[in-house]
Amino acid sequence: MPMKANDIETLIKEAFPDAQVTIQDLAGDGDHYAAQIVSAAFQGKNRVQQHQMVYKALQGRMGNELHALALQTSVPDNT
Amino acid sequence: MSNPVHQQIQSTINANDVVLFMKGTPMFPQCGFSAAVVQVLSHMGVPFQGVNVLENMEVRDGIKEFSSWPTIPQLYVKGEFVGGCDIVREMYESGELEDLMKDKGVSGVSA
Repeated sequence: MPMKANDIETLIKEAFPDAQVTIQDLAGDGDHYAAQIVSAAFQGKNRVQQHQMVYKALQGRMGNELHALALQTSVPDNT
Repeated sequence: MSNPVHQQIQSTINANDVVLFMKGTPMFPQCGFSAAVVQVLSHMGVPFQGVNVLENMEVRDGIKEFSSWPTIPQLYVKGEFVGGCDIVREMYESGELEDLMKDKGVSGVSA
């Protein structure tokens, strides 16, 4: 069952209220997304930890309903 | 670590410097993300052990719990989880992956 970009964004924003989230539907099939997430919550974490935080925010959907989500995480420039 | 699948995974990553849990084999990857990581490692000239999770349902599920990482492929270097396709690609492009391999003393990395 594919997920809507809006639903992905909502889940991410619930977990990271300060986040700037950009989601792209890569193939136009509602199944392959790329997400760029900028949040101060990623400060001091390595990439694996940052991505694990996002996967946790998606509450088990990653790898199930959500087949492909390319992630790019970063902290805001001014922190 | 009482889960036998986790023990099996642990001994695989202990026994090999570089291990890639993937869909398909290094010669015939069956997923674009797995293929991308194989391509990076081959391009760097890093010898690695491929584990085809499609051949073993228990490993396929077990590896996700093992690393708290929900997707395949997963790359391990000297027993440490490095990341999936996005991270490996990002690290390769920035040169970090090569530095990591060198720091960890992985043989066969062309300078």
